[in-house]
Amino acid sequence: MKVAHTYVATVEDRPGALNRVVSLFRRRGFNIASLTVGTTECPGVSRITLVVNSDADTAGRVKANLEKLVDVLQVQDLTGVAALTREYALVKASVPPEKRPELLRLCSVFRARVVDVSPATLTVEITGTPDKVDALLEVVRPYGIAEMVRTGPLAMGRGAEVNEIKVQAGMAA
Amino acid sequence: MKRTGSQAIWEALVGEGVETVFGYPGGAIMPAYDALPGYPIRHVLVRHEQGAAHMADGYARASGKVGVAIATSGPGATNLVTGIATAMMDSSPMVCITGQVSSLVLGTDAFQETDITGVTLPITKHNYLVTRAEDIYPTLREAFHLARSGRPGPVHVDITKDAQQAAFEFHPGDGPPPRSGRKVRPSPPVDLDRAAALIDCAERPLVLSGHGIVRSGATELLVEFAEKTGTPVASTLLGLGGFPASHPLSMGMMGMHGEAWVNKAIQEADLLIALGMRFDDRVTGKLSTYAVNARKIHVEIDPSEINKNVKVDVALMGDAAWALRELLGRVRSRPRAAWHARIAEMKGDTAVRDIQSLPPSGRLFAAHVLHDLWRLTAGRALVVTDVGQHQMWEAQYYKHERPRSLITSGGLGTMGFALPAAIGARFARPDDEIWVVAGDGGFQMTACELSTCAQENLKVNVAIINNGYLGMVRQWQEFFYSRRYVATPLLSPDFVKLAEAHGLLGLRVSKREEIEGAVAQARKATCTTVVDFRVEQEDSVYPMVPANSDLRDMIRRPSPMLETGADP
Repeated sequence: MKVAHTYVATVEDRPGALNRVVSLFRRRGFNIASLTVGTTECPGVSRITLVVNSDADTAGRVKANLEKLVDVLQVQDLTGVAALTREYALVKASVPPEKRPELLRLCSVFRARVVDVSPATLTVEITGTPDKVDALLEVVRPYGIAEMVRTGPLAMGRGAEVNEIKVQAGMAA
Repeated sequence: MKRTGSQAIWEALVGEGVETVFGYPGGAIMPAYDALPGYPIRHVLVRHEQGAAHMADGYARASGKVGVAIATSGPGATNLVTGIATAMMDSSPMVCITGQVSSLVLGTDAFQETDITGVTLPITKHNYLVTRAEDIYPTLREAFHLARSGRPGPVHVDITKDAQQAAFEFHPGDGPPPRSGRKVRPSPPVDLDRAAALIDCAERPLVLSGHGIVRSGATELLVEFAEKTGTPVASTLLGLGGFPASHPLSMGMMGMHGEAWVNKAIQEADLLIALGMRFDDRVTGKLSTYAVNARKIHVEIDPSEINKNVKVDVALMGDAAWALRELLGRVRSRPRAAWHARIAEMKGDTAVRDIQSLPPSGRLFAAHVLHDLWRLTAGRALVVTDVGQHQMWEAQYYKHERPRSLITSGGLGTMGFALPAAIGARFARPDDEIWVVAGDGGFQMTACELSTCAQENLKVNVAIINNGYLGMVRQWQEFFYSRRYVATPLLSPDFVKLAEAHGLLGLRVSKREEIEGAVAQARKATCTTVVDFRVEQEDSVYPMVPANSDLRDMIRRPSPMLETGADP
């Protein structure tokens, strides 16, 4: 059965490191639902959050293949464990002035914030779980979405357990 | 002390114990070549860079050490690609060094510029673009370390021309140690205990012995394990030699062209013990019907291979030698005579179908050549095969007793592999008798390397199994494409004259009784010798499990009477 598997990979910041990850997914035919990259508390180390829709066996091979990449320091599986998953989205709605109060009320339910207003549009930002972002989009859609972008989820385990970055003693990048 | 980047290249290679490199110079790698004479390294000038990569690969497979190939940027580097992919598929440790245009013009489509690290990314264990002289030495050290550690493989280091030319203050001891790549955590005792329990309970166990047995030097342990547990051993193509063929428990090759009883035994087994093999599609046939009655234990050094093709009951992470050592202390001694009797029964009719035992009819079959070659060399030669029918006949008829006595391109199936790989093997094993076995098609892909043999004064023997066709493709056309022989009839040059044109010895054999004399003459000659064996043109490799079929659904050799029906 295909479900969303979430992995966090810490990766040495070297030329082509992201390319290796993406190339691996293309070559093995793993289906990336989302991939986000950002910096971490450790200089020279990036953190990739990956969501893959697959069965359990394929997910296991995704992890094993990621771990084979020399630039990948470690891979954490956050599927089915207590984790924070957050996504950010900007939504520009084409909404005439008379319908704005209604939309604003709905947005406030989602704690979405207005960040831009023009005569014909209203732009809101939202941070939340992917489900919450989905739900907001459903609500805004009837008003007309002119433009939308979402970051894809970032994830981090809850509690005191830390995904500590162990940098390999290696030659300089 | 001051060094140039070029000197750092050779310093690193000398430090890694490299004695021979295979390469071809060109603009972007000229500074490195210019620095070579100061170092105790023999450079073998190839005729095509693909040959350099196969030579490095052949050297690695024959020695267990890391092979080195060198080429220039652009076309020189892209010509390495087939050889790199070949090494990747067969986990052969290799370091390829290429020159690159100056870092000042990188990305501008400069003369002979190719984004070669972009090209080799998916066919290497790892690769590097080095643009600074001071990074060359530590990068190469890491490259060698990665190439031979864990599951071995090719590593590519692309070095810009200005990095080669720049001088810097060189301190080889400085700098951080190389990164190790992923270390596999060996499986815990509880998994070993589970595997041992499965082995103890099995009535019909079978070892599937792969390349990992050869790579980890586990032959003696495997013999001990097989004898203690009464477990017969079937081999993959790359596993041949990992278990002595003359051993009573040796079954020979499995899979598409494996012997019928081996595949039947796999389907009847109640336990498969896969050691350093990866359940390739040429081994399993149709996955949904593959060994459905068997539990499976998979010993594998690369975790990403687990449950890739075949779902297993117990996975043991680590190398085959480690796993066998651990298991030997845990398993009970059992004779399993009933299972052996059943296998002997399945062997049954295969002997009478065997082409090598046919009465002489004047026709020369490839099987005769391989069988006689095995007999005449007492099974002690290092055989390097190309890809196609002859490769399968070699695997069936040349009985390998020792590990690293067969070198062949298994995973990628690279035609043109044999001659250059044998040249590489020659440098690793200067005293061993080496035979190339190639088809008339594959041989012509890299026949230019005969010239390398002549220039380097090398001795290898070449048996061309010449049937005038691209034989394996012709066989598939016969079986699966209604005998439409499209683009498979092949005109070849006179191989005897070709050898002579290189100043080498050429011989021709078209009758079985001529084999012995020609082999003797080739063995006696001090130069590389090419023997053109004119064999039966439309013979096929039997048995054959068609691609993606049940292992039991084999196409068998027509009965001997039919085969020789034309010969009264």
